[in-house]
Amino acid sequence: MTMADIVRPYGDTTGDGRVQVSFTLPVPGVSASDRALAEGAALQLAGKMGLSPAMVVHTKPIGPDFTFFIVYGRASHLVDLSAVVVPEREFDVLSPAEVNLRIRTALGRKLVVVGATIGTDAHTVGIDAILNVKGHAGEKGLEYYREIRVVNLGAQVPIEDLVARAWQEHADAVLVSQVVTQRDAHLSNARELAAAFSAAAESGMPSRRPLLVVGGPRFDPASAAGLGVDKVFGRGTTPAEVASYLVHALTPVGAS
Amino acid sequence: MSGKLNLDPAKVARARELARRAGEPVTKLAQTHTTVSIERAVLRLAGLDGADAEGMPWVNRLTDAVRDAVGLEYGVALPAWDAMLAGGYPDLRTLAGQAADGRVKFRIPVAGEAVEARELAVRSVQKGVDTIDAQRALRSRLIAATADPPPPWIYLIVATGDIYEDIPQAQAAAREGADVIAVIRSTGQSLLDYVPEGATREGYAGTYATRENFRLMRAALDETSRELGRYVRLTNYASGLCMPEIATLAGLERLDMMLNDCMYGIIFRDINPVRTFIDQRFSRQVHARAGIVINTGEDNYLTTADAVDAAHTVVVSQLLNEYFGLEAGLATWQLGLGHAFEINPAVPDSFLLELAHAQLVRELFPGAPLKYMPPTKHMTGNVFAGYLLDAFFNLCGLMTDQSILLVGMMTEGIHTPFLSDRDLALENVRYVRSAAGRLGLSFQPDSFVAGRAHQVLDEALALLDRIGAEGLLRAIADGTFGVTRRPPDGGRGLDGVIERADGYFNPVADLLGELRGTDPMAEVLGGDAE
Repeated sequence: MTMADIVRPYGDTTGDGRVQVSFTLPVPGVSASDRALAEGAALQLAGKMGLSPAMVVHTKPIGPDFTFFIVYGRASHLVDLSAVVVPEREFDVLSPAEVNLRIRTALGRKLVVVGATIGTDAHTVGIDAILNVKGHAGEKGLEYYREIRVVNLGAQVPIEDLVARAWQEHADAVLVSQVVTQRDAHLSNARELAAAFSAAAESGMPSRRPLLVVGGPRFDPASAAGLGVDKVFGRGTTPAEVASYLVHALTPVGAS
Repeated sequence: MSGKLNLDPAKVARARELARRAGEPVTKLAQTHTTVSIERAVLRLAGLDGADAEGMPWVNRLTDAVRDAVGLEYGVALPAWDAMLAGGYPDLRTLAGQAADGRVKFRIPVAGEAVEARELAVRSVQKGVDTIDAQRALRSRLIAATADPPPPWIYLIVATGDIYEDIPQAQAAAREGADVIAVIRSTGQSLLDYVPEGATREGYAGTYATRENFRLMRAALDETSRELGRYVRLTNYASGLCMPEIATLAGLERLDMMLNDCMYGIIFRDINPVRTFIDQRFSRQVHARAGIVINTGEDNYLTTADAVDAAHTVVVSQLLNEYFGLEAGLATWQLGLGHAFEINPAVPDSFLLELAHAQLVRELFPGAPLKYMPPTKHMTGNVFAGYLLDAFFNLCGLMTDQSILLVGMMTEGIHTPFLSDRDLALENVRYVRSAAGRLGLSFQPDSFVAGRAHQVLDEALALLDRIGAEGLLRAIADGTFGVTRRPPDGGRGLDGVIERADGYFNPVADLLGELRGTDPMAEVLGGDAE
């Protein structure tokens, strides 16, 4: 650790540490005395969050029982850049043409991807953003890649159906998207997915287990091992990143 | 037809005519088929409520027992009320319990016995229809006793999963200015082939639609309506595999608006197309009777398709929803056709394009309470930019005189709204309304905006021509809507579709105006009929 590794938030001057937070407290703020108490409560919270000094710049009662605050303050915490851990991306992001070439030379056949959302999650927006030709953020989805065959099973697919279909299609990879996170459903569904594929592999399904990839806006990309899957993608993942990961994992360089 | 865009009345009339032609074969399908959920809705109107120890509703048990014994080709009513007469059961609940245990012998009655069964069936469902009528009258009285808020109606969503958390949130939202409260359903309910029972406290990203939840929320909002001196409307979702039953429960419990689209379930929930088209017709007949305003789901197309490229598919779907709605007996004031502000803000002139689309829809459907949906696809997590985009959405909605404004949340796509998100969103609407609410009066589209509107209408006409040539079911299979392909024999729920036999009997059909015999499109095709 050197001094160059230490940073603070930047407002308008190096080292001023200024940040902005907003939150609601379940306290009344309509009368003058209530408001004074509420603002005191907000400052107490800001202090405990490490903002010192802090200033309540906006107070707004929401109904009779709640008050909303915007607070500016100086973060007393330091950020040590040398101690930041970044899950390293172990692959380069390739263009569709490069991805297609890798698949052709290394596999000599199309790479098969089976995608679905599982559990009660009816949101296909994530899986569709990655798989549909239409794609996401200006990038075409995996259906656009000539050397990738996509089987999109859509929403609310029972895990056993997904396992059966993956083997039937000789899937190289299974992509599962989870948007709904109430009660951590995305995490328990991912674990169930991994368990179902392990159980199927042990019961003698004919070929090797496909690569298991899960994604969704609330996933921690570093959580793959804990969930028992091969790869986890978080918010903002693009189709090209997924395609690049697939060829990285399934077509090791030099394997051709 | 006049207006700011100078649309060609001949083109508009032709668009409606093409929509009618595309829809008619599907209407015939609905007239010659029934579904398990329509038959269960008949039993619900006759007062059969509750569920067995496993939570399976008695309407499912009885309908399944009848189907296993004699099929549903003649409807559930004939064999069910014939069994009531033959077995002397005190009520349908007892019959359903006995039937579930395999202790009832069902048959298709003939001659005098069929007449008796039919008469008893009609008398039994009449009570349910009377309740719907009474609720409609009560709504009118409550509106008269309070006040009907001026348009646009401010529409807010609650979605905690727990009806007892939803209630205070809904009341708080109403106090903050919401005119319409929508209780989002638990994710996955659309694919349940039964309606859960009772008050529910656990759901995923929403709260189950149950009769008791409807009743509890309506009662709470009645209380708030009196407190505020304005009638606060309640919305839920008549969609999914139980669309006809949920429509019925909504009528019985005085919900005021219902999400109800002729194609949404097909495209976005992979429900079988045939099942959906049959179910939507019955559910709309119920909504017509109940005085419920439907909200259609065209906004959803723009979340999977590009909002500029696919603008005309929204118009086509609206014309189809209008045809199917009017055919089922809905009045124009009940057609809350949907659309959305979903153009990528990075596109040059994106706001002008939004204005063109919104004004086009306003002028195509002058009498319809249009429902305008806020941006979702391009809400990136930058809440500050999102708040600005929502303000532009509010401005566009006010300038083009949209009727129902779903309030956008700056935290869209991050989490279900915080209390403060909702409050900030309403502050946004209030500011735009008070600062620029009358801007629509002086707004004159320039040639760019008008030209874009004309282009979208032309593209809609071309698409309607194609659909007319190949058939609506085929067009859906080809991925015409929402860039999603749905074949007629695919999706869920096809096994619940039954072709009607010659002697098919549904005691509700006449009550719901099945035999109206007037031309449903006369009102809108007649030009100045408004």
